[in-house]
Amino acid sequence: MNAVRRIGVPIAAIIIFLMFWEFIVWINGWPNYKMASPSDLIPAYVKYWSLFLEMGWQTLWRTVAGLAIAVLVGTFLGMLMGFSRTVRDGLYPLLVGFNAIPKATLVPVIALIFIGQHDLNTVLMAFMISFFPIAVSVGIGLSTLEPEYRDILRSLGASKFTIFSKIALPKTLPEFFGALKVAVTLAFIGTNLVEIVSPHGRGLGALFKSGETNGDYPLMFSVLIALAFLGIVLYYAVVLLEQIFAGWAERTEH
Amino acid sequence: MTNLIEIKGVTHAFQTPNGPLPVLDDLNMEVPEGELCAVVGPSGCGKSTLTRLIAGLLKPDAGEVWLHGEQVREPRNTVGMAFQNPVLLEWRTILQNVILPLEIVAPKMPKAEKEARALELLALVGLEGFEDKRPSALSGGMRQRASLCRAIVHKPDVLIMDEPFGALDAFTREDLWQTMHALREKEPFTSVLITHDLRESVFLGDQVIVLSGRPATRQFILDVAFPGPRVIDGLFATECVDMLHTLRDQIRIAQGRTTEEEK
Repeated sequence: MNAVRRIGVPIAAIIIFLMFWEFIVWINGWPNYKMASPSDLIPAYVKYWSLFLEMGWQTLWRTVAGLAIAVLVGTFLGMLMGFSRTVRDGLYPLLVGFNAIPKATLVPVIALIFIGQHDLNTVLMAFMISFFPIAVSVGIGLSTLEPEYRDILRSLGASKFTIFSKIALPKTLPEFFGALKVAVTLAFIGTNLVEIVSPHGRGLGALFKSGETNGDYPLMFSVLIALAFLGIVLYYAVVLLEQIFAGWAERTEH
Repeated sequence: MTNLIEIKGVTHAFQTPNGPLPVLDDLNMEVPEGELCAVVGPSGCGKSTLTRLIAGLLKPDAGEVWLHGEQVREPRNTVGMAFQNPVLLEWRTILQNVILPLEIVAPKMPKAEKEARALELLALVGLEGFEDKRPSALSGGMRQRASLCRAIVHKPDVLIMDEPFGALDAFTREDLWQTMHALREKEPFTSVLITHDLRESVFLGDQVIVLSGRPATRQFILDVAFPGPRVIDGLFATECVDMLHTLRDQIRIAQGRTTEEEK
């Protein structure tokens, strides 16, 4: 019953959403260059399915690669900021400033720095746009660790590393996964930014551009939906990891 | 009887942006082996600083802390700590929480042995059957019981408690006082108990030390002569009431000193 609910409710919501979308387009009599309807998308998927698979994979692996770097760098920065007040005071304005720069303006910059290295550029952008929430949440998680938690191990002469691995790290996991859920969707935005602004013929962003050039509007909409689909898949992958590693944080209902 | 804890002329100040803030001033105290010393004093007089000094988590600016005939220069694994906040690790079961100090102090001890030791203590404090529960599934009093088990699982010489029962309701607190006596019968340890509750200090302590207002020094020592066995009803006996009055007067004096300083 519970499993049926957990899968059934979201699927029902998606179906209702698609029906509503179809209805809005139909009642307004919009042509598909104004707004494609779900039923227009199916022929596009049928026609280009191999392209969708190939481009979807391109987008997915670059996003995941960028996200992986964001996790490593973000956790490292978060640790530095969590353990040292000086580092925190020094890094915060820099990070906030960097995060405030619209990443679209950075696309031509990194395209010039790494000319022609499209994979690197894309992964780099996915990383740059998504590491910030991870760094901040790990930093906050570590710096707000109550001193008593540290003291129970420190009073036994435990090393800093032991205290980190036995207490600080697991205690920060819920915050970390919360940030990772935000970072997942951001990383997709980063990947597609490069694929669309600096097109190099790969990824779903390139497919979107080709739809635009050829006036194939249903194709453009199908790309958007495919992106949403990938986003959902990756998000739930994170949720699964969260349940495995930080499932304890979820209170059971009494 | 030898003194297991000796604090000799300890003076300590915190560095603040407005200059040093003295918290302890030439504090002396001795706790004989196996005894429980309750420390009371006005709020913010440096009682928690005292626990951190005994645990070796802080170094005093002047003076010395001695445990078991050795001067404390760094944390030592013969110390156990319990705080007002039970700080149980939410991702571990109660049993795993209690085992934690053994993982640091005795990493080579077989797992079964560690678990047997933890289960023995959990039974002693009345937490039998809760070993596989998460801390969030337990009441505040039960969590504090588990926290006490964790503090003594590695058989420390010294148990340092910083208002361990401060956040509990009055009846739960009385239950835990009795649990403390049950524990002390089975597990020999020397103990320093920081508290705000004068009844608690008399019920649990062999001696009660009253600290003055900040910077704290020893203002008064009361040797507790508890009439008869340590049961809650004993607290209503005349001897206890007299002791409580004496302590109350001393606290008033200690508070008077702080208010004068503020003026």
